[in-house]
Amino acid sequence: MEASSKFIARTALAGWLGELSARFRVWAPRREGRAVLYRPFDPQAPEDNLPELDKKPTESAKHIIFPRSEPLINFRRKRDPEHPGQFLLDLRVPEAPGPSLIFGLPPCDARGFMVFDPVYNGSGTDGQARDIYYLRRRAAALLIVRSCSRTLSTCFCNWVGGAPDSAEGADILASEAEDGFLLEPVSSEGAAALDSGLLVPADENRLKAAQAARDEAKKTLKPAPDISGAGKALLERFEDAAFWKGEAAHCLSCGICTFLCPTCYCFNVTDETAGANGVRLRSWDACMTPLFTLEASGHNPRQDKAARLKNRIGHKFSYYPELHEARFACVGCGRCIKSCPSGVDIRRIVTDSVGLTQSPKPKAAPRNIPGGKE
Amino acid sequence: MATQEELKKIILDVLPDVDCVIGWGPGPEPLCASPYFMRNPEDVDYLLAGPASVHNPALFLPEYKGRKTGVVVKGCDSRSVVQLISENLIRREDVVIIGFPCAGVVDASKIAAKLGPYGEPGETERAIFDKDALNLSLGGKELSIPLSEILADKCSRCKHPGAVISDYFAGEAADALQVKDDFTDLAGLESLPLEERFRFWEKEMSRCIRCYACRNACPLCVCRDHCVASSREPHWLAQANGVRDNLMFQVIHATHLAGRCTGCGECQRACPVHIPVLLLKRSLGRAVEQLFGHHAGLDPESRPPLLTFQMEETNIKEREW
Ligand code: SF4
Ligand code: SF4
Ligand code: SF4
Ligand code: SF4
Repeated sequence: MEASSKFIARTALAGWLGELSARFRVWAPRREGRAVLYRPFDPQAPEDNLPELDKKPTESAKHIIFPRSEPLINFRRKRDPEHPGQFLLDLRVPEAPGPSLIFGLPPCDARGFMVFDPVYNGSGTDGQARDIYYLRRRAAALLIVRSCSRTLSTCFCNWVGGAPDSAEGADILASEAEDGFLLEPVSSEGAAALDSGLLVPADENRLKAAQAARDEAKKTLKPAPDISGAGKALLERFEDAAFWKGEAAHCLSCGICTFLCPTCYCFNVTDETAGANGVRLRSWDACMTPLFTLEASGHNPRQDKAARLKNRIGHKFSYYPELHEARFACVGCGRCIKSCPSGVDIRRIVTDSVGLTQSPKPKAAPRNIPGGKE
Repeated sequence: MATQEELKKIILDVLPDVDCVIGWGPGPEPLCASPYFMRNPEDVDYLLAGPASVHNPALFLPEYKGRKTGVVVKGCDSRSVVQLISENLIRREDVVIIGFPCAGVVDASKIAAKLGPYGEPGETERAIFDKDALNLSLGGKELSIPLSEILADKCSRCKHPGAVISDYFAGEAADALQVKDDFTDLAGLESLPLEERFRFWEKEMSRCIRCYACRNACPLCVCRDHCVASSREPHWLAQANGVRDNLMFQVIHATHLAGRCTGCGECQRACPVHIPVLLLKRSLGRAVEQLFGHHAGLDPESRPPLLTFQMEETNIKEREW
């Protein structure tokens, strides 16, 4: 692998992304105020939208392959000339989108797609229930992952099989090396994308610098506790209403955790009509809202937020791994912790469930006390 | 701090008579506390009432309607409690209100701005508040930021840092402050031509992910589970995630809160992509103040003007139109 690794100077980055824009729709993280979001890279004004690579994006990259709301079918109602009084429907499936390239996503975001893949590729249905909308976007996407040179206190990829320099799911792994990035091909599509006059072969010093930076970053993660028993522990806690009430007490039932999460894949389907025209939309849904399970009869099997939080955690750490080769449906990106307006901490719920901690008792001594001790 | 200790004593006294006392405790990360539900005496040890106690605990009270519940309130939170009582969304006799002299809470956006690129939650290793400053470690460096520079805007215009209603009060209650709210936060936007203002909102709302955290964090957005945003019949909002529907929701939220919003700012604080949605509420809130002379959350006996009807309004001269 290393033989074909390349190097790109920071100053040449915009040019390279511009070059790639001829073949792909290029997406990269961009800063907008305090938020960092994945936005299309504009090759016309490359210097104005340089990727933000030092900060972890606020949102995950999933909307590029699994849009927030996406037309499944467009329809138009018209009168049936043979049977006046009756209507016919014109149906049109939107054209397949062109290939996309995501530059600069953190390793956890790339691993997030690995959680989507079996679900949308017909797993458990002998390949019958395959989702063409997801699969065609996914197959045409190239992922250039950048390894993390800094980790956040909310990061815990090492609990769930990841690492700040994981190349799992990546086509190319980019690592900071002095004045630019080392680019290592991971897939053959990735290797092909490295064929550019703007890149130079990586020299020994830069390889070493990149490796050293990656090792440093890894050391900043706290050691992972043993949560291998979480799947079983969560099942055993299924009927423990008091446990879930306690964990969910401060939850707001909003959609932040599910919508920012790189692995939450649930959706809703609705028809939006205007006059004779309409579109059948597939939009993100969130299991933290009451509507998610509300039945037409008015009955709701998940009445309160405790039942809903139980589903979110149980799905990620118990039911999904049970079905999909013991892979957790959480990549430890920490976004649901960092952006929760109410301080819900998924790590805490998991360690509580296996008995390593006991909420509400804080792990550490009280802190933040004005004039107080740590 | 003395107030903190006194608060704990009060909570311990109240605890046997209530389902729980809602306050603040340590959060997942050094810079954030978390709403905290105290049920047992030993829980009270971890109470945090100070500059990191940003959350509005009044939010949770309607969930506990019919059960006696204690709530620790900053001045602004107490106004939400009053508003909830005045609209009969909670019952006065169900809540035990515990106030304390609030010295203001921090605004994470201001901390982020001070710390430059690395000031987001999750990036500080250690944070301790003392009386006048936030001391933190970041990337191996020790920093100290004066609290006065990172307090939330609402605190600088706060007239009632002590609770406007309480059953217990830790420390000395003080008279209302003589502060004037001159809506300077709206001035910049309002000086722009209408077109540009619209473009501002288009740009801001293009980030919205329709997570409805702004709605769910609002203590007065009480139809939460039966919101017009998710109603299919009538169909006010499309599921489509576009500026039009995103903004439409904000307009609905702001109009439904006109004259009820106390300006606690939780909607804006909750937004994961930092959209300044409070501006809309402040603008409508000011309109209601000017038209009806009404200030939300000060008098449990009052009614929000838009929830009542008068044949002849004092300040709206319909006959003269
Ligand atoms: S559950 Fe939270 S930490 Fe895990 S992948 Fe989703 S957002 Fe990231
Ligand atoms: S608005 Fe007033 S009561 Fe609320 S946090 Fe600020 S100073 Fe305290
Ligand atoms: S909290 Fe922010 S992103 Fe979420 S719906 Fe409200 S405005 Fe949109
Ligand atoms: S609209 Fe915003 S500022 Fe007003 S009461 Fe609700 S959360 Fe507080």
